[in-house]
Amino acid sequence: MRFVLQRLAAGAVVVWGAATLTFFAVHLVPGDTVAALIGPGTPVTPALRHQILAESGLDDPLAVQYAHSMGALLRGDLGRSYQLNQPVGQLLAGQVAPTLQLAVGSLVCALLLALLAAIATAGRGGATRTIVSAVELFIVSVPSFWLGIVLLTVFSFRFRLFPAAADGSLSALVLPTLALALPLAGVLAQVIRQELEQTDARPFVLTARARGLGETRLLLRHTLRHALLPVTTLSGFLLGGLFGGTVLIENIFARPGLGRILVRAVEARDIPVVTALVLLSAVAFVVINIVVDLLHPVIDARLREVTP
Amino acid sequence: MNLLDVENLSVSFGRGHRPVVRGVSLSVAPGECVALVGESGSGKSVTARALLGLAGRGARVGADRLEIDGVDATGFSERRWRSVRGRRIGMVLQDAMVSLDPLRTIGAEIAEGVTLHRDHAPRDVRRRVVELLVEAGVPEPETRRTEYPHQLSGGLRQRALIASALAADPRLLIADEPTTALDAVVQAQILRLLERVKNEGRGLLLISHDLAVVAQLADRVLVLNDGDVVESGPTAQLLEAPAHPYTRTLLDSVPTGRRRGGARVPGDTLLTAERLVKTYGPSRRGATPRRALDDVSLTLRAGESLGVVGESGSGKSTLARVLLGLAAPDSGQVRLGGEPWTTLDERARRPLRHRVQLIHQDPYAAFDPRFTVARIIGEALPRTTRRQRTERAARLLEQVGLGADHLRRRPHELSGGQRQRVAVARALAPRPQVLVCDEPVSALDVTVQAQVLDLLVRLREDTGVALVFITHDLAVVQEISDRVLVMRDGTIVDEGPTREVFRSPRHEYTRSLVDAIPALARASTRDLSQAPVPSRDTRQRRSVHD
Repeated sequence: MRFVLQRLAAGAVVVWGAATLTFFAVHLVPGDTVAALIGPGTPVTPALRHQILAESGLDDPLAVQYAHSMGALLRGDLGRSYQLNQPVGQLLAGQVAPTLQLAVGSLVCALLLALLAAIATAGRGGATRTIVSAVELFIVSVPSFWLGIVLLTVFSFRFRLFPAAADGSLSALVLPTLALALPLAGVLAQVIRQELEQTDARPFVLTARARGLGETRLLLRHTLRHALLPVTTLSGFLLGGLFGGTVLIENIFARPGLGRILVRAVEARDIPVVTALVLLSAVAFVVINIVVDLLHPVIDARLREVTP
Repeated sequence: MNLLDVENLSVSFGRGHRPVVRGVSLSVAPGECVALVGESGSGKSVTARALLGLAGRGARVGADRLEIDGVDATGFSERRWRSVRGRRIGMVLQDAMVSLDPLRTIGAEIAEGVTLHRDHAPRDVRRRVVELLVEAGVPEPETRRTEYPHQLSGGLRQRALIASALAADPRLLIADEPTTALDAVVQAQILRLLERVKNEGRGLLLISHDLAVVAQLADRVLVLNDGDVVESGPTAQLLEAPAHPYTRTLLDSVPTGRRRGGARVPGDTLLTAERLVKTYGPSRRGATPRRALDDVSLTLRAGESLGVVGESGSGKSTLARVLLGLAAPDSGQVRLGGEPWTTLDERARRPLRHRVQLIHQDPYAAFDPRFTVARIIGEALPRTTRRQRTERAARLLEQVGLGADHLRRRPHELSGGQRQRVAVARALAPRPQVLVCDEPVSALDVTVQAQVLDLLVRLREDTGVALVFITHDLAVVQEISDRVLVMRDGTIVDEGPTREVFRSPRHEYTRSLVDAIPALARASTRDLSQAPVPSRDTRQRRSVHD
């Protein structure tokens, strides 16, 4: 419990750091905020401009603006979108679900594929392994947006198996999930296979075999658990990265979600939305890492003494 | 009927390769202990695995006869083998720390063996696990059952491992170096447990490099050298009248405690430690800090050989670090040649560091694997031209019994003994006055060990370097040290001239150490008036063959 509190405190510091960095980054980027506020191309008289600046607090010194913005964050107020003139909280809330669906679905899918590939080939030579390894290397190396386009072309346009754009159905989720999952599966499969093979060479595995254990039980009871340790670390890391991946994939597959909002907000210089999205991903990273840290001692008892 | 009958067993890896085990024949009857003795790379572990059908992928196992409990096993399918493993033949490996799954409780590991071969109700499984732990001599079995290997002491872990091997009640137990990773006192306890297993009427196939352990348990011995059985026979006969030269070499290499080399008149006081205290902070809240050194004082004279004896955790390695100036004591100080040493500022100490050098237990870990021998030694030499350094390195190699042709090799191209010689050469390179040797021969085969000890004795006579010889091995310390300190829990419990300390131990702990030594019963060929022959404990043995 104490450990969790410590980690939460550290997490809060990370989120605060992210908020601060974003605040200054956004204010240092050149560009006209007023134009973003009222919409590009609209003529502005100097008087009106002055009024807008005063109303939105943009003519205050940077330190005051910073204090205001942090204060608002503490109250849970993310501000209003310049572009849509809608509270940012509301705007994002509606878009979290599709992105979460995509990201978590991809991770689960990647884990399953990776486990299958690794278990089928660990400790073996021969053609299967060569082919599987080659495929892994290939999908790790290609960018996921390219993979997305290829999947679209083949399965959607050519064979018409899956819809090309989101229509809310489950089958619309298949291609974007695969596009995100395949590169992850490649990385994970390589890590799992290596871990399985290393564990297989350790004396306790010989002991287990000498006890009369068959390969399936050996895998389920012993070796797979050892492979889980690096996989949890990596999954936490990859899940964070997945949110980045969704930006591209959501745009390619015309899916609703945080990624699309981010692209539009950046283009339109919609500072409150961008800030909120950065904060959201910081929070996600912190939470994922705490979960991973809590999972480790569950898997490996040796870690329990250090982190009670 | 024999539990195991093997005729002409051979194992090879890969087509066209020379078999690593050639023509091994052996049989084990109920209540009998047969020992396979050999050094690393002799093929003894491969033989053990082949007997369980576990020689590994790519291994080609052939035998004229392989019968387990009277059943021909030569054509066994993997499924048949599985019904034999654990049920007919149990196996105990060297180090329980790595031979039990670190992620599972020992109860789960033992239960696995119980349930694999027979269906049990969950409550019966639990009862059986506790029963097995009790039989293996594990106290508080109900608590221990739920603990993980890292939470147990080495001895308890090894007992748990033996319990797991006996879980399905096999009539034959193969024990591959079952006591090698253990301290002497614990080793003696585990040997007694194995003896009881044997007396219950089980067969025991004991695999060991350690003749003293073998002498205690085995009824018959087979000596393996490089895949061939060079000699076999009843234990007493083989130890008393070894016929094969290799067996004789093995026997002669076993440390006897007889002093190697002549006594040297020690010179002036070279290094003194005054009331050293070193505490390691608690690893978790509430735990008391561990005193690794508690009021330790010693003096070392020039050219003297001082032994430091103790079991793991006694603080002897911490002492080495403090003497080397690598760890600062909490209080007390070390003086070198009458000058301050541990209290010095690191910048002031660095130019003097060459005066105290270290030899590690595991030379393989102490070298950069990508360096050549020339570079490994050259690094320790004063900055001169490369040619001068190479010449010096060659001379140093010659001094430790290696040739200049070794200069261009890398650590993995050397045998264990050659590596330790290179480590000695590197330590001598800056012309030190003190050599701190931390278990320098513990990872070596017994014949190689004898050679390295001879080397150290000769170098001390030639160069006059003083030795601080840290070991858990009483025989080795008797062979090489003039004076000895016995350490326990960070304090010196006994000290004095080596001979005296072991002949009439003053402290109870020293006595228990001496008592724990398995005596090698060789009546005729060895002088029994010598101190008893201790065991060899070989940790992390590595060699080019492994």
